[in-house]
Amino acid sequence: MLRFIVRRMVQLIGVVLVLSLLLFFWLRSLPGGPINALLGDRATPEQQEQLEQLLGLDQPLYVQYLRYMGRALQGEFGSSSSVIPGTDAFDVFLSRFPATIELAFFSVTLAIITAIPLGYFAARRRGRAVDNISIVASLVGIAVPVFFLAFLLKYYFSVKLGWLPVSGRQANLGCTRVTNFFILDGLLTREFDCSVSAVKHLILPSIALASIPFAVVFRITRASVLDVLHEDYVRTAEAKGLTARVIRGRHVLRNAMLPVLTIVGLQVGALLAGAVLTETVFSFPGIGEALALSFSARDYAVLQILILMSAVVFVVVNLVVDILYAVVDPRVRTS
Amino acid sequence: MPPAEGLRPINTGRSGPFSSPKVGTLGSARDRPGALTPDTTPGVGFATKRGTELTFKRKAGPLVGLTAAALVLTACATSERDSGTSTDTGTAGTDGETTSAVFTFGGAGAPATFDPYYASDGETFRVSRQIFENLIGITPGTADLEPELAESWEPDDSGLNWTFTLRDDVTFHDGTPFDAEAACANFERMFDQNEVGRSVAYYWGATFGAFADDADNSLYQGCEVTGEHELVMTISRVTSKFPAILSLTSFGMQSPTALEEGDANGISQSGEAFVYPENANNPVGTGPYTFSGYDEATRTVTLERYDEYWGEPAKTEQIVIRAIPDESTRRQELQAGGIDGYDLPNPVDWQGLEDEGNQVEVRPAFNVFYLGLNPTNNEALKDLRVRQAIYHALNREQLVQTQLPEGAAVATQFMPDTVAGYNSELEPYPYDPERAQQLLAEAGAEDLTLVFAYPTEVTRPYMPDPVKLYDAMKADLEAVGITVETVTDPWAGGYLDKAYTDYDAHFLGWTGDINSADNFLASFFGNVERNRFATNLQDFGTELGEAIVAADGILDEAERTAAYEELNQRIMEEWLPGLPISHSSPAIVVSGDVTGLVASPLTAERFDTIEVSGGN
Repeated sequence: MLRFIVRRMVQLIGVVLVLSLLLFFWLRSLPGGPINALLGDRATPEQQEQLEQLLGLDQPLYVQYLRYMGRALQGEFGSSSSVIPGTDAFDVFLSRFPATIELAFFSVTLAIITAIPLGYFAARRRGRAVDNISIVASLVGIAVPVFFLAFLLKYYFSVKLGWLPVSGRQANLGCTRVTNFFILDGLLTREFDCSVSAVKHLILPSIALASIPFAVVFRITRASVLDVLHEDYVRTAEAKGLTARVIRGRHVLRNAMLPVLTIVGLQVGALLAGAVLTETVFSFPGIGEALALSFSARDYAVLQILILMSAVVFVVVNLVVDILYAVVDPRVRTS
Repeated sequence: MPPAEGLRPINTGRSGPFSSPKVGTLGSARDRPGALTPDTTPGVGFATKRGTELTFKRKAGPLVGLTAAALVLTACATSERDSGTSTDTGTAGTDGETTSAVFTFGGAGAPATFDPYYASDGETFRVSRQIFENLIGITPGTADLEPELAESWEPDDSGLNWTFTLRDDVTFHDGTPFDAEAACANFERMFDQNEVGRSVAYYWGATFGAFADDADNSLYQGCEVTGEHELVMTISRVTSKFPAILSLTSFGMQSPTALEEGDANGISQSGEAFVYPENANNPVGTGPYTFSGYDEATRTVTLERYDEYWGEPAKTEQIVIRAIPDESTRRQELQAGGIDGYDLPNPVDWQGLEDEGNQVEVRPAFNVFYLGLNPTNNEALKDLRVRQAIYHALNREQLVQTQLPEGAAVATQFMPDTVAGYNSELEPYPYDPERAQQLLAEAGAEDLTLVFAYPTEVTRPYMPDPVKLYDAMKADLEAVGITVETVTDPWAGGYLDKAYTDYDAHFLGWTGDINSADNFLASFFGNVERNRFATNLQDFGTELGEAIVAADGILDEAERTAAYEELNQRIMEEWLPGLPISHSSPAIVVSGDVTGLVASPLTAERFDTIEVSGGN
């Protein structure tokens, strides 16, 4: 197992190096640059050229890349030009990532606790009302655009009913920051109103964001349970006279969870890479919103680090999934 | 000035321009008497049976570890918040009606920095206007100058030496007195910038031209203290922009103490952007509000009323400005009561917002939207008749009525009527497709093809919906036989650069910074060698450039105004380098509970006159 993990980590380093190279050249081949964001759109060509020279943007790309890597090896990734101006790009990532983790955690949890039981029961009652209704719900989850769902949720629960906040991550309560995980910070510092506010701000974006993993996890769970229900070992277990509870828990669910685990892992990886639409519509300051902002303003340093770190997170999450896979299925361990 | 009760001075959660985070302390458990520490004594708390012990270790061990870690964290993380932090309290107004102590505004983004000198973005200026004041102010609701920190000013006969008499009852938020020394220290600080600062300080470069390293070419020649509250500023040439430029938000007066302590000029480069000095994190001005803090995690700026303010005290105790980049979300926040107002509501929402009881305050137009024509790749555009034909082909009256918000007007020249030098005698080019075809025929350009570009990923007050405006104009041009080749580029993705060389026709505009004709005309045509109309390729380009410089250099105001009026006439009738289309009125919206907001044509609203009734 250790060798497996080390091998994957080495692969990850390769991925990061290649991706950083590709990203560097790809981003700079896009029209425009950070000068507009730095000087505003009124700057004269002379002012722009002066700044380009100062920042080295007039140098050949390979020179810029070597400089970038030289700085990066010293832990300096360059300042943000627009997302959080003046802040090192890696600090921008660190300040935004906890928000995305909280949102992804809530969304995936919501998707799992609804989709897996529903998928299981839909499979057990194939063709009946619960099955049909669940399938329609999952189709709606996939078909309805997230931004539209977000708009509806905000309209009814925030504007009309006033139950939940429209946007943001926390009310302006002067909360103390410890880890930048707002719920946790509120608990640690006993500023419980801060935790409550953070939870309230997470509910609507989580529901909007959970719609996609819900649909995917539901359908995979249902299909997987249907497959497993017809396996010989289930029939054998029934013939042995095992109780229904043991058959469901040990033989059906556990085996059916393998493909679900893979899918959940992929979904978590994708959500941690930032939910651009959801975060933008809810003005939720996470990785996704920062990606959108940095792209539109050509904030190279931030864009580069966010995409790189998204790739790292994705690979690490999948590694964790693989390890979990081995825990759930002993055959994987022995192989 | 200590922060208000219940608010931390700053809480950015990051390093960089807004300083290091002020977070709860997480000291070592060993340092704290009574703090919980993980107990490593073997066997303690474990069952005696070996099997049970193993099970305990395997299953409960991590849980115990996590719990212990959580307890340690809980014990060490302390709240930095005082009790009663709520920022949204209601107070009894003078008339007995309940008023809110807080005005919450939804900004379109977070401020780039809190040092307006290095800024050129509207969100930084919105915050700065509440904190800083200038020698010269702007009369609310207009673009006219009025005394602010300077009670009066006058030039000598040469027009090069300006004497400013300052108020004697002003102190900065940190207690430093405002006097002539403080004012001159500010100008010297602006003038004396390092290489990075010279590149970043857009407004100084755009108005004063050069810095200390190139002093001879700078408009600024020095600031001399001639009395405790009197100074003389010397400039290198007479210009219509002086002293109006001193009203720019970038040139707000900052506490010299804070400037020094915050190493204000210590801006540096990191990668492809900058690292701002500590001063950019600690703005100290003389305005009606003090800076209380910025929370990066919630992107919220909090300002507190400055009780020692020299003028009328601010009506509201606290201003909270939240960054909400998405426009529809800002609207929903207003509807839900999360904010009391926001800027630049979408014109299609104006009626709906008013129907819901909000107040849409339409600002006086102080901008121009134009169709730039560039002959670089299209020889036909060098012919005045072709440019006139394009102008006659556009049904601008209809465009203004159907595509632009209430208050918009057809433009007759490259500046709005609020600017001194506007020529009220000029009539708009009439919509006349037949005349357009006739002119094209006379110029031998019946088969004219135009590479016509519009920007994506942008809206501007003068151009609220580029696509719709483009579609309307394209249809008009095609109706007179012009072939239009559509080009689009992202606003920040090359559009502004390509307009210099790549497009035959393009959309652009300008919102004035100050009430100065030169601020409009010189921005468009002043740089003869390189502008988006390529006037260097036109036989009138040099003459136009020289005429702009000449008008700018006239000291006598009446004479200068007459010169600009004549210049506007020549631009529109003799030269027509581009086609001014319209002037639009951007809006700002506040809830029905808000009173006292005065909309500014310069979008330079101050919030100290605002009251919010009814509590929030």
